[in-house]
Amino acid sequence: MVRVEFLGPIQKDALELNITNLNELAEILQKDKELSEWLQNSAVAVNDTIVSSLDITLHDGDKVSLLPPVCGG
Amino acid sequence: MLSLYDGALDVPKILKEWYESESHSNYGAYIPFVGTVRSEDGIDGLSFDIYEPILESWYDVWQKKAQQRGAIIKMAHSRGDVMLHESSYIAAVFSPKRRVALEFIDEFVEDFKASAPIWKYDLIDNKRVYAQDRSTAIKGSGILGVKK
Repeated sequence: MVRVEFLGPIQKDALELNITNLNELAEILQKDKELSEWLQNSAVAVNDTIVSSLDITLHDGDKVSLLPPVCGG
Repeated sequence: MLSLYDGALDVPKILKEWYESESHSNYGAYIPFVGTVRSEDGIDGLSFDIYEPILESWYDVWQKKAQQRGAIIKMAHSRGDVMLHESSYIAAVFSPKRRVALEFIDEFVEDFKASAPIWKYDLIDNKRVYAQDRSTAIKGSGILGVKK
């Protein structure tokens, strides 16, 4: 299973999904209308490293995080 | 050195600790930046969420960049609520000569604003309202929203 976490202001509980890559995750999350804006403006991290492509294989125990727009300070 | 605190920062204490920790390190310049919560738009204060694993790796990259220029950085940030006229953020650069520290503090704070995984909320009427219009999408955002 892959754990998917929604950080900061995205008010959504973590998911445990049986997926093998980020393209599958995109397909699943795009079906959730409440997430559509967040998907457009959030960065994606796999095991706490930000990625720039969906062509990434996921393994059992991996963690994917969605990081919405930031504003520290 | 990256330090996270619950609530407002004790600015004099932190600046003094940093000063004393490097006072014999032969740095000629110590340039701190202190961010203070201002009264505007009727807010009572600000509140912050932090995702620490990615903040720490982002910070480590900047510490290495500083070291390549003979400098070091220090940073403190608040978690949770920080009220008006209190501080939520301090960054500082120590370097042998002032020019490196002056340039580096600017580059570091700009990238902090654009990339550090911290989320800001306005505190208004006991509610926490995400400051979306002041927030910046991290570079590379949006890949999960692209339809095939």
